[in-house]
Amino acid sequence: MPELLHQLLSGVASGGIYASVALALVMIYQATHVVNFAQGEMAMFSTYIALTLIQAGLPYWAAFALTVLVSFVIGSVIQRLLLKPMAEAPVLASVGVFIGLLLVFNSLAGWFWTYTLKPFPSPFDGPPLLGGFVTRHDLGSTVVTLVVLLLIWAFFRFTKLGLGMRAAAYNPVSSRLMGIRVDAMLALGWGLAAAIGAVAGMMVAPVVFLDPNMMASVLLYAFAGALLGGIDNPAGAVIGGFAIGVIENLGGAYLVGNELKLTLALVIIVLVLTVRPSGLFGRTVVSRV
Amino acid sequence: MRWLIGLIVVLAAAGLAFGASDYRLFQLTTVIVYAIAILGLALVTGFTGQISLGHGAFYALGAYVTAVMMSLWDLPYWSTLPVSALLCAALGFLVGLPALRLGGLYLALTTFGLAVAVPQLLKHKLLEPWTGGVQGLVVMKPDPPEGIPLSADQWLYLFTLVVGAVMFALADNLVHGRIGRAMRAVRDHSLAAEATGIDVALFKTRSFAVSAMFTGVAGSLGAIAVGFVGPDSFTVLLSITLFVGLVVGGLTSVPGALVGAAFITFLPNAAEQVSKAAPGAIYGAILIAVLFLLPSGVAGGVTSLWRRLQPQRGRT
Amino acid sequence: MLRRTLIASTAAAAALGRLRPARAADTPGVTATEIKIGNTVPYSGPASAYGAIGQGLVAFFKKVNDEGGIAGRKVNFISLDDGYAPPRTVEQTKRLVEQDEVAFILNGLGTPCQSAVQRYMNQKKVPQLFVSSGADKWANPKQFPWTIGFNPSYRTESQIYAKYVLANKPDGKIGVLYQNDDFGKDYLAGLKEGLGDKYDRMVVKTASYEVTDPTIDSQAAALQGSGADVLVTAATPKFAAQMIRKVADLNWHPMHLLSNVSVSTASVITPAGPERAVGVMSAAYVKDNADPQWKDDPGMNEWRAFMAKYMPSGDLNDSNLPYAYAVGVTAMQALKQCNGDFSRENVMKQATSITSLQPPTLLPGCVIATSETNWHPIAHMQMMKWNGTRWELFGNVIEGT
Repeated sequence: MPELLHQLLSGVASGGIYASVALALVMIYQATHVVNFAQGEMAMFSTYIALTLIQAGLPYWAAFALTVLVSFVIGSVIQRLLLKPMAEAPVLASVGVFIGLLLVFNSLAGWFWTYTLKPFPSPFDGPPLLGGFVTRHDLGSTVVTLVVLLLIWAFFRFTKLGLGMRAAAYNPVSSRLMGIRVDAMLALGWGLAAAIGAVAGMMVAPVVFLDPNMMASVLLYAFAGALLGGIDNPAGAVIGGFAIGVIENLGGAYLVGNELKLTLALVIIVLVLTVRPSGLFGRTVVSRV
Repeated sequence: MRWLIGLIVVLAAAGLAFGASDYRLFQLTTVIVYAIAILGLALVTGFTGQISLGHGAFYALGAYVTAVMMSLWDLPYWSTLPVSALLCAALGFLVGLPALRLGGLYLALTTFGLAVAVPQLLKHKLLEPWTGGVQGLVVMKPDPPEGIPLSADQWLYLFTLVVGAVMFALADNLVHGRIGRAMRAVRDHSLAAEATGIDVALFKTRSFAVSAMFTGVAGSLGAIAVGFVGPDSFTVLLSITLFVGLVVGGLTSVPGALVGAAFITFLPNAAEQVSKAAPGAIYGAILIAVLFLLPSGVAGGVTSLWRRLQPQRGRT
Repeated sequence: MLRRTLIASTAAAAALGRLRPARAADTPGVTATEIKIGNTVPYSGPASAYGAIGQGLVAFFKKVNDEGGIAGRKVNFISLDDGYAPPRTVEQTKRLVEQDEVAFILNGLGTPCQSAVQRYMNQKKVPQLFVSSGADKWANPKQFPWTIGFNPSYRTESQIYAKYVLANKPDGKIGVLYQNDDFGKDYLAGLKEGLGDKYDRMVVKTASYEVTDPTIDSQAAALQGSGADVLVTAATPKFAAQMIRKVADLNWHPMHLLSNVSVSTASVITPAGPERAVGVMSAAYVKDNADPQWKDDPGMNEWRAFMAKYMPSGDLNDSNLPYAYAVGVTAMQALKQCNGDFSRENVMKQATSITSLQPPTLLPGCVIATSETNWHPIAHMQMMKWNGTRWELFGNVIEGT
């Protein structure tokens, strides 16, 4: 197989990782209009919980479901205990809190489970396909990502709850007047984002191996993907994630060399956002003066 | 009144030079350096409302300019500051240009991307003849001028203190004057600001330039104090740390920058005393607690306390 | 008469002077009851995996104290976090030297971090002992007489690989995956030195990655596409494991040489898949706990007993821990040789005059040896090949240049 195709396929495979994390970022943004910088670390922490359950004897999908549930609870609790009282605070203070959460989750994970690299099982095992550049897990996790994407889209589009959540994030005051329980919406949003993050973590870990710093590197590219596609558009974020994966791989291999890949990511983000400030598929925000 | 307080603080700080150990002087020098850096960030983020999570890039540029000038071309340390200020202001202006198109979150994440890209750029082989590549550059600590009976550490502390005092005075002047009001106008309601005749675009890019200049000068002073620059000294963690210093100190507070700087300098060691196994968790928990209790930073907390202590004005 | 009295009293005074207990200024960090040793490692931040070395050393000196200490003194081992950030290393080192007044700094970790304090330590004449880094620069007694390294240098290791390739596959085409920092670049430098003028002809592709990269799939594709049939992987555990797995998945079977920092059975081979790693070669100097050949080894048993008592929650398969034990043993040897005189000059002198010490956790033949002309404490490594279940040592213990 020619090398170009290899690079392309690798890019798509990496892109799948970024896309799944980007979904969690979009979720939290759509529910709360802030981006939680600790999303990656929370996802990593959830993945460790899953590993602990699996090592305790639970079959994979049972551990998966339980982890998603526990993550949902953790996310909602954090919103309730920490962020709800800070609702009146400046936005940047919340960002500071997210940074604090990031440090806490990262450090606790290292303390509980040590920094030794650990393998994480994949439910999609088997010999690799397509000359070794696509594993069954790559395909399986892409399917999972698309399923999650579909569920999110359907949730926001077709359910009253989803509509309520979007309203609450967009205009809390009016929403309250309409009878929407804004606080419950926010907690729900955080819970869902944490749950999606857990899924992303469990899809990412078999590829990059599990250690407390697993998500740190994925997060930047996931952000880039979400920005590229539009932070308020789940489908856009997924496309953005895949796009970043491909561009990075091809750019690093043929254009600028691996020593400038990060700069390339930055330049791409700047260029795209200069032309389309809300991302490729984002909604242009019109604000009333 | 502010000037008097400032002068007293500077004199008191200068007095510290004659009692503290070299190690403490180094820490205090670090606090001043970070305070200047955070002040720069405050100008662009707190006052003008443009979120930057990438100020470490300007700090790094300032540091490397100084290191290259001192270690490659043997130029005196004080001559590097104006050069660094100029170059960082230029870079700030350049960064400010695309920033015009980006708002809030997008700007934050883009500047975050800049911060992440910096170490890789510093290691690039094209820049290696200047930057020293992965090995970095060693910066010689300057000696006090002939005749002055101070140790090198004392001299450096006092030099940094004087530069810091000048920068703080400059910032204070900016924010309390016409420009400060314009900044706030741009931050809170840029459309209305435009309507009153402020060239918002030029203003925003200029504020980025000034902000970068401050943080760049801080980087230069930091390089001299530490004595070493390398790509590992300027990871994204630096940008995040400066941001933490800003929110803890107070987004729109000039003296708050000093508080924030003290926080980010001394807290890691304190956290380490509490837990060797998970110092990051302690640091994060304290950070969350501080922001939870004082969402507008320490400066905001002090201001509201002050207000509460004022006697109520009589109502008719 | 006066003259004799004068001479006698001068002699008496001189004698008294020698009997006078050493002032604190003569032997900083040393009192009649304790000796203070400093250390900086990353306990936080992206390199916190190496924090285990600090923890291992703390535990080691607890054991030393339980067994009576050294020369009647307890060891006060102060290990501080520097987060792998050179400015922080400077701060913590200054604190250890100026505030805690340690006798010396032991096994400070990280090339950039220790580079940042090297000049300071030498100016202050404080021993920067047994630096935990594979860089070559720590063996420079003329310029930095107070600094000595410990780890076998990466350059030495890759020279060994270069010689192996020249001997066993002289017309091979070499591809190199390397981490874009001093560690990875040292491997390239060592290969250049080992291959000499054959480097340009033999090395067909080098691909770098950053520690912040999530995967190395792109680099793997580029390396395979270059037609290389020899692969040198100068990577840290996470990326080494990914590379081993990818190479197997691609059905690519190059002669695969792996950096010594990534030979841990538990944290590299197991995640990658033991069957996939068959044929991978490396060089080692530390014993691997998960290797069954050391199951009843007295040296490793001594270490395991130590771990059970002093670090029960430690991960036995973390290769940092037997490494830390070896550092501790070496430091104790230097201190024993001091014979109670723990002045900084003497500590440095003894640390650079260790004749052939075999710590229990290092491979047989990989001895610690230093002398006036040899400032590389560990210069021996032995090559080994993964056979599917364990690392099989082969050949002789090789001495690096």
